Amino acid sequence: MNPLWLSHFTATSSIGRGLDQTLAALQQRRTGLAPCTFDTVDLKTFIGEVAGVDIVKLPAHLAQYDCRNNRLALLGLMQDGFDKVVRAAIKKYGSRRVGIFLGTSTSGILQTELAYRKRDPETGALPADFIYRTTHNTYSVADFTRRYFGLTGPAVVVSSACSSSAKVFSSARRMMEAGLIDAAVVGGVDSLCLTTLYGFNSLGLLSDQACRPYDAERSGLSIGEAAAFALLERTPEQLDADAVLLLGIGESSDAYHMSSPHPEGLGARIAMQDALNTAGLQPSDIDYINLHGTATPSNDAAEGIAVHALFGENTPCSSTKGATGHTLGAAGGIEAVICTLALQHSFLPAGLNTQQIDPSFKLNYLLENREQKIKRVLSNSFGFGGTNCSLIFGRAA
Amino acid sequence: MKLTAYIEGIGLLGPGLNNWPDSQAMLKGQQPYQPQKTVLPAPALLPAAERRRSGALVKLTLATGLEAIAAAKLNAAGLPSVFSSSGGDGENCHAICEMLASSDRQISPTRFHNSVHNTAAGYWGIATGAMTTSSVLCAFDASFGAGLLEAITQVVVDDTRTVLLACDTPYPEPLLSARAIPDAFGMALVIAPEPGSQTLAKISIALTDETADTLDDALENLRVAIPAARSLPMLCAIAMRHENRVVLDYLDDTTLAVEISFC
Repeated sequence: MNPLWLSHFTATSSIGRGLDQTLAALQQRRTGLAPCTFDTVDLKTFIGEVAGVDIVKLPAHLAQYDCRNNRLALLGLMQDGFDKVVRAAIKKYGSRRVGIFLGTSTSGILQTELAYRKRDPETGALPADFIYRTTHNTYSVADFTRRYFGLTGPAVVVSSACSSSAKVFSSARRMMEAGLIDAAVVGGVDSLCLTTLYGFNSLGLLSDQACRPYDAERSGLSIGEAAAFALLERTPEQLDADAVLLLGIGESSDAYHMSSPHPEGLGARIAMQDALNTAGLQPSDIDYINLHGTATPSNDAAEGIAVHALFGENTPCSSTKGATGHTLGAAGGIEAVICTLALQHSFLPAGLNTQQIDPSFKLNYLLENREQKIKRVLSNSFGFGGTNCSLIFGRAA
Repeated sequence: MKLTAYIEGIGLLGPGLNNWPDSQAMLKGQQPYQPQKTVLPAPALLPAAERRRSGALVKLTLATGLEAIAAAKLNAAGLPSVFSSSGGDGENCHAICEMLASSDRQISPTRFHNSVHNTAAGYWGIATGAMTTSSVLCAFDASFGAGLLEAITQVVVDDTRTVLLACDTPYPEPLLSARAIPDAFGMALVIAPEPGSQTLAKISIALTDETADTLDDALENLRVAIPAARSLPMLCAIAMRHENRVVLDYLDDTTLAVEISFC
């Protein structure tokens, strides 16, 4: 594939607002996970909550989009001057030529969960101020973002559970390659809600501690929330050596089970191999792997087998979900940004909370941060329904 | 910028529309279109456990997708897919929200895994064995247009066949009052980069700002009521089998111009 340039990017999660705080937290090995006190949730679990989401005010003309997910989206867009660079890109390319491709799994469903507590006792009707289209609907966050920037080109939400905001890179790439647009705002926004907390609890997949990816005693995931964005443009002829390019994308399906990965990680392996193929790279060209690493027993086991089968036991790898929690539909986006930080700052982030690596894994899983010049990294995002996406990013030089 | 591809198979299921072959006379205006409640077949291809757990959206997706792929004489296992739906499984969403608002919030694992927007894509993989990529999209009322753009860019850029599955099902009350989709409607297209022995029509798609085409009477009501039915002007033109250009609804300030021709 023709590489694409991540000309700007930003991330907001429980470990920080924007790139500086995110990088500092990773370098200081600081987790954003804390015991869950969200809403009325009565589960013994840890979550990665973003501070201050509730006080974010949407612009008056977009007030009907007000919900936790769109507040988090706006908070994310305001960091690192990202909204300004998007407006500059729109000025350069035109409002029809910049597309919006965002991933989310639950969008503004929290708004509906709250509305169901306020149903009319006689008719069962939802409260009059509930607006489905601009909050609950899966497309709401892309619609909000498109209107926030006054765009008139293509826009879509990719919602394939926890691969969503990795797969947005693929949809954006195809539309740019087809010539329909010149630039794309890609990313993911997913926010805390009861559906995912009680849902993962029902599957026995929530840890009662801060999650411990790839640990011998890992006991499940910790849910987080995040907003991550990148501006994708065609690769210019002249680039700084520090510039980061999207080099490869691999996508596959497990065709196996709705909520369990293929036990040998077959789908994951296909996605990683296809990412290498589209980038024209060998496994030995990859300097670091940001694992999906949710810390559920079955995810890490399947991914560990697949990574070992393709890369052997030497490639440094870690899951950053011990820091951010599993941000579901935003995970691919936030981990893409972490990969770009790793490339630009010659820094491999350790996996947090893991005490003893599961001895069945034959992997170079990082328990300590490492400073090392790296050229190319791979990021994995897998999801319910057996959906897999691997992305490869690299330095321009 | 025009993107050209070839339709090799069509699947259709909606109110009073039971499959593509039987619907064409109505879409051509040769028979009156009479809406009747959509009949969803049981998904025979799924293992018993998954069949029990599958909701309306899964049944609709499997029925229309498999019809299109059978018409194209292809094997579903080898095809990439694009799923576009304006919402997920509405019955399931309602059941979860009701439980979460009650004193017993212990929703079931099946309820939870059926709550993801890519439920139908997951069941599709299990039913067909397809380990290929699937894009799972939502763009509210623009979901059909978004799916068609994703599919055609996949076909043109990646030089591959793909199957587009655009399906919508209704919410029960009280969400139905907030999102009034009256019935289930689904359509599927197998789209190929080159013409072949199964080619039904050639399509060329471009973004435009023209006003979307409308239809007559009952078909227009259907087109407006259910997002996936925004595909109907194109399906009518294909059924009529003469060269045509239609403008399909997409986003509020952007529409899709589709030139349709026959070899």
